[in-house]
Amino acid sequence: MSILIIAEHDNTNLKPATLNTLAAAAQIGGDIDLLVVGANCQSVAEQASKAQGVARILLADDAVYEYQLAENVSKLVVELSASYSHILAPATTTGKNMLPRVAALLDVAQLSDVIKVESADTFVRPIYAGNAIATVQSSDAIKVITIRATGFDPVAAEGGNAELVTLSQVIASDKSRFVGEELAVSDRPELTAANIIVSGGRGMGSGDNFKILDGVADKLGAAVGASRAAVDAGFVPNDLQVGQTGKTVAPDLYVAVGISGAIQHLAGMKDSKVIVAINKDEEAPIFQIADYGLVADLFEAVPELESAL
Amino acid sequence: MKILVAVKRVVDYNVKVRVQADHKAVELANVKMSINPFCEIAVEEAVRLKEKGIATEIVAVSIGSKGCQETLRTALGLGADRAIQIETEDGVDSLAVAKLLTEVAKTESPDLIILGKQAIDSDNNQTGQMLAALLDMPQATFASEVVIENGEAQVTREIDGGLQTLAISLPAVVTTDLRLNEPRFIKLPNIMKAKKKPLDVKTPEELGVSTASNVKVISVTPPAERQGGIKVGSVAELVEKLKNEAKVIA
Repeated sequence: MSILIIAEHDNTNLKPATLNTLAAAAQIGGDIDLLVVGANCQSVAEQASKAQGVARILLADDAVYEYQLAENVSKLVVELSASYSHILAPATTTGKNMLPRVAALLDVAQLSDVIKVESADTFVRPIYAGNAIATVQSSDAIKVITIRATGFDPVAAEGGNAELVTLSQVIASDKSRFVGEELAVSDRPELTAANIIVSGGRGMGSGDNFKILDGVADKLGAAVGASRAAVDAGFVPNDLQVGQTGKTVAPDLYVAVGISGAIQHLAGMKDSKVIVAINKDEEAPIFQIADYGLVADLFEAVPELESAL
Repeated sequence: MKILVAVKRVVDYNVKVRVQADHKAVELANVKMSINPFCEIAVEEAVRLKEKGIATEIVAVSIGSKGCQETLRTALGLGADRAIQIETEDGVDSLAVAKLLTEVAKTESPDLIILGKQAIDSDNNQTGQMLAALLDMPQATFASEVVIENGEAQVTREIDGGLQTLAISLPAVVTTDLRLNEPRFIKLPNIMKAKKKPLDVKTPEELGVSTASNVKVISVTPPAERQGGIKVGSVAELVEKLKNEAKVIA
């Protein structure tokens, strides 16, 4: 067996979700090649070559790949696919955008958001927003899979020594063109990569009030998240959303502040190792899953927490 | 401009799903079914494009058993002009759905195809991308804004860490994210009108598509229940527990 993984990166840095995907591939077994496709992304290839367990780095470095558009990247992956039994990508918005095109062009199914490897052909994935867990078996010749990072502990980023292979295929994307992007600028860790997350809900009352979470987050080195209710109320942008319709996270510590605990929010964070809930409503469903619950007014408790840390 | 919209019938968003006692599937008997929320947003977006004078006709398609005619009536009530049901068993996989929609698109020749980014039952997030690949069309997934001008669609997408805008030439496939729009409430006269709009039924055989799947569901189980913990009396006690008991902060 041999496995091709599509690396997640921003042309400068390899993203941690790649390391979780490598861990999933190691459980499947076989040689692992890592495809780095982008523009001026040599530094990504260098970082990737040190990741544990990679046999070869396949580098496709060309201006046409700068924004990793699904149309041409999927065709490149299909060109490379013949010798692989499995093709994996992290279940990020980039992987989710591109990989189903690969599957369709190969005329095989895709298994999305896999959280556990049972064997080389049998995998576990959540359905119904995690309210049910399906074990599925694929008889396709090439298994195309996105990996949910929180299901696998990352492999070491250092210590490997993969061979670098430079690819020459240049496939233009003539029907799709990058116009622009607005990325949230933050010194804090990314939500899906953070060890600690402090999240606010509707109870925060306003976008301005979210600032009181910043002090706690800074002291803990935490990312700040939000419930869908807080996003819908316009307090914070959608990329902070944790839940069924937002991001799925599983940090060591998740602090839910003013979050009632709707099913859709729990779907995104219930695999966190330790959950703390701070809410003034002692009947809030979040307390049923929290390891530590504090019934208190968040506007008093959060500043107190900040000074206690 | 003609728009094709695909809609799926799923367990209602507000229903707490339960796994069957035999762990073969999720319990679907006597459960409220509705249009998938992302598909509803897709229909709404098409209707808004028609109201702006950009779209001229909206065709809604659904794939599944007879029950999905109800979902198509919802789409017609929202403002779609006509509907096509492709009669299959329920639970056809994304690749087969994409192949069926490919055949429909070849006949209908839409300028734009809008789908939900994922269905809230299987959570696959695949069909739109697969359809685009099979038709060799460009795609813009997870859309939060769609602007049609100069023969292309400028689509703002919700990506990890922020927003990205792409320009894609038409015909193209767009999949909707949650913030694209808020679907309207269907008024009674429109429900009545929807009943009179045309609804064709086709079969996979007529379209020359096999719906067999290479993926077998071995089991469906409930997720591990998380046990509730304790209530602490103060912030000081909370910090002490996190440091010394849970050992998650230094």
